[in-house]
Parts: sequence; structure tokens; C-alpha cells
Amino acid sequence: MTDITASSFVRQDLVAERPAPVRTTGFIGLVRTRLLNSPTNILLTILGALLLWYTVIPALKFLLVDAVWTGTDRTACLPEKAGFVVGACWPYIQAKLPQLIYGFYPEAERWRVNLTFILAAVLLLPLLIPRLPAKGLNSGLFFFAFPVIAFFLLHGGGINGFGLSWTAGLLQLFDDSVIGAGQGLVGLSKSSAIGPLLWVIGNFIVLVGTAIQWLIFPLTWLRGQLQAGGQSIWIDFAITTIVISLILFYLGGGMRTGWRALASSIATFIGIAIVIKLMGLDHGGLPIVTTNLWGGLLVTLVVSVTGIVTSMPIGIALALGRRSTIPLIRIFSIAFIEFWRGVPLITVLFFATYMLPLFLPGNFSVDGLMRALIGIALFTGAYQAENVRGGLAAIPRGQGEAASALGLSWWKTTSLIVLPQALRHVIPNLVNSFISLFKDTSLVSIVALFDLLGSLRASFSDPVWSTPSTAFTGFAFAGIIYFIFCFGMSRYSLFVEKRLNVHRRN
Amino acid sequence: MSTSPIVKISGLNKWYGDFHVLRDIDLEVEKGERIVICGPSGSGKSTLIRCINALEEFQEGEIVVDGIELGPNLKHIDAVRREVGMVFQSFNLFPHLTVLDNCTLAPIWVRNIPKKDAEATAMKFLERVKIPHQANKFPGQMSGGQQQRVAIARALTMNPKVMLFDEPTSALDPEMVKEVLDTMVDLAKEGMTMLVVTHEMGFAKEVANRVVFMDAGQIIESNTPQEFFAHPQHARSQLFLSQILR
Ligand SMILES: Nc1ncnc2c1ncn2[C@@H]1O[C@H](COP(=O)(O)OP(=O)(O)OP(=O)(O)O)[C@@H](O)[C@H]1O
Ligand SMILES: [Mg+2]
Repeated sequence: MTDITASSFVRQDLVAERPAPVRTTGFIGLVRTRLLNSPTNILLTILGALLLWYTVIPALKFLLVDAVWTGTDRTACLPEKAGFVVGACWPYIQAKLPQLIYGFYPEAERWRVNLTFILAAVLLLPLLIPRLPAKGLNSGLFFFAFPVIAFFLLHGGGINGFGLSWTAGLLQLFDDSVIGAGQGLVGLSKSSAIGPLLWVIGNFIVLVGTAIQWLIFPLTWLRGQLQAGGQSIWIDFAITTIVISLILFYLGGGMRTGWRALASSIATFIGIAIVIKLMGLDHGGLPIVTTNLWGGLLVTLVVSVTGIVTSMPIGIALALGRRSTIPLIRIFSIAFIEFWRGVPLITVLFFATYMLPLFLPGNFSVDGLMRALIGIALFTGAYQAENVRGGLAAIPRGQGEAASALGLSWWKTTSLIVLPQALRHVIPNLVNSFISLFKDTSLVSIVALFDLLGSLRASFSDPVWSTPSTAFTGFAFAGIIYFIFCFGMSRYSLFVEKRLNVHRRN
Repeated sequence: MSTSPIVKISGLNKWYGDFHVLRDIDLEVEKGERIVICGPSGSGKSTLIRCINALEEFQEGEIVVDGIELGPNLKHIDAVRREVGMVFQSFNLFPHLTVLDNCTLAPIWVRNIPKKDAEATAMKFLERVKIPHQANKFPGQMSGGQQQRVAIARALTMNPKVMLFDEPTSALDPEMVKEVLDTMVDLAKEGMTMLVVTHEMGFAKEVANRVVFMDAGQIIESNTPQEFFAHPQHARSQLFLSQILR
């Protein structure tokens, strides 16, 4: 026995060589320490291996080994003709691919869809890579410019006015409805018990409406003059540019610091002008392709991307509203959230598609796809509101107090301190909702919109490709596409979460 | 003008529901004065100093900070907050921002100071609290004492005329208390007007011009530290001191 605690130490017997301990790393190590280290684990390992054997092997066999790769119609995929049990019938997917991507979008115009996809990718990818610069410009282009361009690309059509005409039109619409309401009240007063009161209020409202009419008269008159002339859009455009730029110049600090705002405003308008000119929006634009011709992956992506992008601001606004101290805002937010969470998405879509047109005034129609989009955005918004609220609740009160003590306003406290932290807490929940939204888009097929899954099912009825494995092949293909998108979102969210939460690693 | 107090609290009353937290508080603080507020737990010390920068509303009375009047309707709330800096017991640094960003946020967004200048100022104050090398760390990566010193620097970047401290050392381990107190002593030597809620009697003796003793929402006694510690007048102050200076 050697006694190391003694102050002087001399080794008596040398330590003999011993074999190395059991390896715990590498494949062998893994097998030894994790898979076969106890009777239970041996059992579980065997069960796992069997499970893999009975799922992965048949799947690979169906998708790759037994698959038919070439052919021009169903005969290639018939077991009698091929001479073996046929797995996936890939020529069928190949033949139907255009339909699965574009739906019934006219063949000659499909380049517009491709261009939109490319544009989306070019704008989105740099936005997703944190290292690349100019995130502000990039997100401005993706979130504001791209939707407008995509609309005119995919849908087509042009514009016959610009800021001035639109403002005049909106004001006129507002004024007309004010006068209409006033006249309605006057009409009611004849048959009502409180008739005189209604008559007075009605006439007062009409009077206000008429006053507004006089107020906006210069604007409407100008619009009339412009529309009568030839190059109306460009004059309108120039006026809008000048007015908006001057306002921004003034708000930006005038002669002292307003130059930046002025320059960026003018640059933006030049950008808009180039787009208008390039796409020929000033004389009709591209031929119109109505949304009932859209289909396949195009519809799936349009619906899900719009849903994802619009549900976030809706959700954030509702979550903040639900915590507001102003009773009206709070009650409205709660009612809104509970209503949309209480009804199934299918009901929402049905309502938006078949019932809404009955309620809206006759000449006011909203495109079918648009209605579905609005329904989905509000529905998902309500869910996101609850996710965001969870994040808001996790922020200690001291954060807001410290910000207030530094003099930050409610808006700045919320946008700089509270929301950035709250959203980081709930990234997994938010992305969870995105993923489920992406898959729920297939529900639009029940309101006569043909998304990827809808187009796929439509293609099953084609007799040219009806074989025993057609449906399996189709669903396998759709499954793979959905999986790629959802898995991509999931992995990206993990990456973002890690990156944004550096501060929580101690 | 130099004779008019920089903080003047008169007839301040506050209720939480039916509970009368602050009762007829009158307090005047001269420019450059250092006041230590002490008293038993729940006596309303935090509530009082949080009223001064309008983190709490009050029902009666008036607070005037540097000539800006803050009545029960909290009208000039932004103007007052610009003059008053505050340091909390739990630091309340913004965990998602680096130390430097914590210190530049308010100058940039409240005072509209260009980022470059704000960073230079922030570095100056971080040097003063002796942590310039940690500017790019996140608060979560620092010790409690360092975090509290950052919090002090953050409040100073807004050039406040008055600094409020609510038990700045209560959440700290003993060895970190000293580094924070040293920072506060430095600040006091530079002539900052300070209202400090603390139980650090050593600090009170060293830097305070006046000790204010509160109990049950009222100011019970107010005196120089020498007098207060040597000859407490009120029975409650005597009891409190006997408990705290065992
Ligand atoms: N939001 C609130 N609602 C109701 N009562 C409160 C609220 N905040 C504080 N109080 C009560 O007001 C009294 C004073 O609280 P305050 O935090 O000012 O005490 P304090 O003197 O700072 O105590 P401590 O030394 O423990 O920090 C306490 O009795 C407390 O229970
Ligand atoms: Mg307290």
C-alpha cells in the first residue's frame, strides 16, 4: 500500500500495463454502450431493427427498386405488361408535373409563374442568410414590393391611375357612403316613432357629407382632368411622387436632416416607375389569368406564403390588443381571437366562399382565391396571437419598467424590448403554426381551389394513367414535396432559434 | 434659482385599492444632495421613489422635478423621465442586447443621437463603471455586480439630473456589493443628486447628506446620518436600528 498523503513518497511497485477500457465512441462503441448494453436495450434494438426493416425496406422497394421510370401512358406501369409487381409509376408524375405545379394556368403564360418563383427565391434566400447585408432593403422588397409585382405577374392586368386617383376614389367612396347613410336615416324617419330625431340626424349627416364633397372637390376635379387627358397615369404618378416625397422630406426633418428621406423616397418612386414601365402596367399590363385557372403547387405556395406573412402582424396586433389596458381594444381582441379559434378552418373557408358574397352589396365582389386568403390569414392570425401572447407573458415586468424609466415610449418599448424577446421565446410555436398552416392549405380544395393535393386528385381520374399504383405514386410524390417544405421550415427555425438565443447561453 | 430644490414632493398620497401606501409625504431634495431612504420591508420606500419617475401613479399631491410638474394626471411624464435615471434591485438589463446596445438604446431612440456618438458616450460611461472590456458581452454572461454597474452606466448615458436607486445591492453576493457601492460613491463624489433606498448603513454614513426613515407609508424621521445613527429620535427608528445594527 502506497501512502501518498505522507509528505515523502517513493513508488514501491510499478503499475503494470492494463488493456484499454471498452470503447465508448465510434460505431462499435455505440453498439456496445447504447444498443446492446442491457437485456431491455437488446430487446428494444431488435424491435427497432424490425420496425425499420418492415417500413424503410418496402418504401425503398416501392419508390426505387420496383418503380417504373419511363413510359408514355398507363401500359408501362401495368404489372401484366411490365412483367413484375410494379411500384411507383414515375412517368405518370412526369406527365402530370405541369398540372401539379401550375394547375390550369395557360401554357403560354407559365413563364410568368416561373418568373415569380425565381423572384421569390432570389429575394427570400438572402433574407434567410444572416451574414448577408442590407436586410432592411431586402425585407422591404420581399414584404412590400414583391407581393405587388407577383400580383401583376400572376394575375395580369394594368392600372389606370395612381396615388392621386386612388386617394380621390377612396375619399369619394367614403363620402358617398356617408351621404348614403344620411339619406337612409331620413328615409327611415317617415316610419319611425323617433322620426323627427332621425330626420335631424340624417339631414345633418347628409350636410356633413356634402361639406366633405366640397372639401375633396379639388382632388376629384383634378382626377377628372387627368382621366380626360392621354398620359393620365404618368402625370398622376409625378404628382404623387412630388407630394409624398415632400411630406417625407418635411417629416424627416426638413432642410437639416430630411435629405436622406427625400432621396430614398425618390429612389423608391423611380423603382416603381421602372416596374410599371417594364410590365407595361400603364397600358393594360399582361393578359389576365383569372384565379380559377391557378392550381397545383402555385396555389399551395401562394396561399401558405400569404398566410404566413400576413398572419404574423395580425397575430402580434391581437396579442398586444389582448393585453391592452384599453377595455374596448382588449374586448375586441379577445372576441376576435376566440371567434376564429372556435370555428374549424373548413367552416371559415366555406363561409368566405359561399356565404360572404350573399352578404356583400351586389356590385362588390372579391375574388375567390382572395376570399380564401383572407379567411386563412385571419384564422392563422388568431392562433399566432395566442402563441405571441405566451411569449409576452414570459417577459418580466421589470423589462418594460426599465425601458419606461429610460424614457422610451410604449411603442418603442414594445417594438425594441418586449416583442424581440417575446418572439424569440416562441419561435418553435410560431413555426409549428406555419407548418400546420402549410399543410392545412390543402383544405382550400373543398372550396373549388385546386392546390397541389387537389390537382393531384384531379389527375387520378385521367384514364390514360389509371393503373393500380397511380394513386400511391401520386400521394408519395405529394408527401415528399410537403415533407421537403415542412422539414426545411423546421430545420431553419432551429437554426434561427440557436442564433437568436446566443444571449441565453451563459 | 440654485436655491430651489431639484425634487420637491408635497402632500403625496397614494392608495393601492383601499390600502394607503404613502401618506402625506413631503420631501425636498437639493441639487447635489444624497439622500438615503431606509425603513422596514413594506414601508413604501420603493413605491415612493417609483412615483418620482412616474412608474407608479398617485392620487393626491404633487411632485416637481427640475421645475417640471408631475401631478396626479401624470402629464409631463416623458419630460420628467428624461431628467431622472433609475437603477433597480433586479438590474433589468435587456438580455437580448449586448452591454453596449443596452447603453446606446435610449440615447439613440429617445434623444435621436447618431449611433457613433451614442457609442462613444456609452464607452465613456462603461469606463467610468470600470467594465469597458465587456461591452460586447450579453448581460447573461456577466456577474451580478457587473450587471448592476452596467445598469448604472445605462442610466447615466441619458445624462439624468437625478438618480434613483432601489436597493441596488440587495440581490448581490457580499463581495459584489462593494464594487457596486464603490461605483455609487464615485458618482456621489462627482456631485450627482441621488435618492438611494438601501440597507447599507456604511454607505449611508459615508456619502449621505440626509437619512430618511420610513415606516407604514410615512416619513418618520429625517436627519443627518451622524445624528440619525447616534441619536435616533423616534421609537420606531430606534427599534429599526437596533435590529439592523445588531
Ligand atoms: N401592486 C401592488 N398592489 C397592492 N399592494 C402593493 C403593490 N405593490 C406594493 N404593494 C404594497 O405596498 C406596500 C409598500 O410596498 P413597497 O414595495 O414600496 O415596500 P418597500 O418599502 O420597498 O419594501 P421592501 O424593503 O421589501 O422592498 C407593501 O405593503 C406592499 O405589499
Ligand atoms: Mg422595495
